[in-house]
Amino acid sequence: MFGKKRVAIVGAGLTLFRRRMKETGKELSYEAAKMALDAAGMEQRDIKSVVMGTAPDAFDGVHMKGEYLADGAGAYRKPYTRVFVGGGTGVFTPLAGWWHVASGQFDSCLVVAEEKMSSCYPHPQYAFTTIFDPILERPIGMNLIWIFALEMHRYMHKHGIKKEDIARVSVKNKGNAMDHPCAQIPAKITVEDVLNSEIMAWPVQRLDVSPTSDGAGALVLVSEDVAKEVTDNPVWIDGVGWCIDSTTWTNRDLYYPDYVECAARMAYKMAGIKNPPKEIDVAEPYDPFDYKELHHMEGLLLCKKGEAPKLTAEGVTQRDGDLPINPSGGLLGVGNPIAAAGLMKVCEIFWQLRGEAGKRQIPGDPRTGLAQAWGDLMQYGSVIVLRR
Amino acid sequence: MSEVAIVGVGCVGFQPLLPELSYKELMYEAAVRAYEDAGIDPRKDVDAFVTCAEDYLEGFSIFDEFVPDQLGAVLRHLFTVSGDGLLGLANAYMLIKTGHFDTVVLEAHSKASDLLTLMDVIAFALDPVLNRPLGGHPYYVAGMEMNRYLHDTCTTMEQCAQVVVKNKKNALGNPFAAYGADISLDQVLCSDICFYPLKKLEISTPADGCVVMVLASKKVAEKLTDKPVWIEGVGWCTETPNLEMRDWSKAVDTRLAAEMAYKTAKIHNPWNEIDFAEVNDLFAYKELQHMEALKLCEYGEAGRLTEEGVTARNGEFPVNPSGGLLGMGYGLEASGTEKLLEAVLQLRGEADRRQIPDAEVGLAHAWRGIPTTTGIVAVLSNC
Repeated sequence: MFGKKRVAIVGAGLTLFRRRMKETGKELSYEAAKMALDAAGMEQRDIKSVVMGTAPDAFDGVHMKGEYLADGAGAYRKPYTRVFVGGGTGVFTPLAGWWHVASGQFDSCLVVAEEKMSSCYPHPQYAFTTIFDPILERPIGMNLIWIFALEMHRYMHKHGIKKEDIARVSVKNKGNAMDHPCAQIPAKITVEDVLNSEIMAWPVQRLDVSPTSDGAGALVLVSEDVAKEVTDNPVWIDGVGWCIDSTTWTNRDLYYPDYVECAARMAYKMAGIKNPPKEIDVAEPYDPFDYKELHHMEGLLLCKKGEAPKLTAEGVTQRDGDLPINPSGGLLGVGNPIAAAGLMKVCEIFWQLRGEAGKRQIPGDPRTGLAQAWGDLMQYGSVIVLRR
Repeated sequence: MSEVAIVGVGCVGFQPLLPELSYKELMYEAAVRAYEDAGIDPRKDVDAFVTCAEDYLEGFSIFDEFVPDQLGAVLRHLFTVSGDGLLGLANAYMLIKTGHFDTVVLEAHSKASDLLTLMDVIAFALDPVLNRPLGGHPYYVAGMEMNRYLHDTCTTMEQCAQVVVKNKKNALGNPFAAYGADISLDQVLCSDICFYPLKKLEISTPADGCVVMVLASKKVAEKLTDKPVWIEGVGWCTETPNLEMRDWSKAVDTRLAAEMAYKTAKIHNPWNEIDFAEVNDLFAYKELQHMEALKLCEYGEAGRLTEEGVTARNGEFPVNPSGGLLGMGYGLEASGTEKLLEAVLQLRGEADRRQIPDAEVGLAHAWRGIPTTTGIVAVLSNC
């Protein structure tokens, strides 16, 4: 079952991901939007609506950041919406673009995701001190590394997973990123390098973690009619899913992301996917930490619970494996400008399905791909299924 | 007939402050009322939830985290629009129009009384390089705009003040209004000039409150209620965040948003085809400027119509029968849903003392306030 209109992606753009970019957030948005429009052979005047995705205002110190970025994103005198679901925003933004077109309200939508974390002094991590409950949690003075350490520990304990099993994800993704022209920290490293890196909050070590970054990405979404005019090679959005879990993360068993499964099931149902590992040719699950790639593969039903480390060890998730995972290099390799990082994953699936991923191109003839992001207090899942 | 209807509404507030309710309890109360009104179970019957909030107004970096539990949306399909409640309505409307969603819940709230430094927060919305370093209270932008508007249209100070008299009086009949009052034109004109020529009583005062609504597809709406309020058209537009580049006299965003909404709703002559309008009146002059942008009258004519009583509740074309933001209170991101609430109640015939006889088509409008140029318009009907 499809909506009134099938929605195609016809162009994608991505800026460099770097620790600190000289460009402002508006300029980053402009660059990515221009690249996506050029790739689609379209102009700003062809665009009927714009959706912006960008994470906390606290990074930039600008209230109503969406309004501030509007002109950079090409929304001058256009219908414009900003959606915000924490770290899930990057993949959620094209979902919002999808309903702008699938509803029949517009025949095109420019989707822009931007993040400029470097304006936050002394470190972007400080913006995250205010994501916690002001009475129960903030007084403890916790940060993201701590709570993800709790989750990682629980995941390892439940399935008897070793640090080495998880470190392989970081090795693979940073290696994959060597071929990504936008990548911030591509590297050839070994499992030993990860295990010997600085301890942040046990069991999280320096090389288990993605960096903070500046960057932007953009997609051009159009209706079926417009797609026929502008390209011979559209990529269709066939499934969308999102889900939020309870705010009270302390009351949940963190070993498994139920909300990701819920979002995935929503997207699979829409796309008519019954057997995800067989029907999905390439996936970009969210990997801000190396264990999260494994955690999310399981939540996305790409393997059984606790099985993802085994698949990784066997090489199944390598670019030339049976189920390539994060061929882009993921957040661990390309970088993590929050909302832009999620959209980078959707861009990668778009390029992989079009056969335009260059040196990163996976072998075979991928027809169905998936991207996923994760956000809020270990609470949000957003999933998109693309088909050629 | 439209494909999307509003089938349930719930409101708490609006009050200058609601110390007995936290923002979560505020949302819970309004949600319970809306679900009861629509006759639905949020744990089973809702396909998506839309909440509207801005981080800085809530004191969180990612406010989206704190909304699911009190709405009954745990492990369900919820997301946040960083915008006015009426922009949330636009997204809920599109979701249903995709054909994949039958029931969508919309939420917007204000806990303005928790904000000790609301104006400092608003100042943080000014361009950090070009405008913010100039300092000053951010509402100077409104004073400048009002001056330009009065100059270009020959609208008078008295006509602007008349908006305040009318709206505060309308609010006396509205149980959801925080600032109803029977005041005279002179009282408005003699109130302190805050940002020349904008006067103290011409500025809406913040209030606490929450509005939750249940939207449904035609198929579901007809099962749930005998009194659906149909969304005939929605339009929204952002002009530019740059103070230096915008049109200071005409609300261009609202004009473009109205054109979009009217096109879908097949409205050619708004004055004749719409029975009443709930128009953003964060500042008194904005009601007049917005009426013109909404094509309810000619450019520069709104002041005269107001002075003649045409826009009074018993006038030919009632504007802000609820009391508007001047009378109900400025509900931050819930401002648009305050308007929407009144439109729904009027079209259901449930507006009690405020009821406009035989109202069939209503308009709700929102503007996101200083320093934005984002306008949203919804056209609603009961037939």
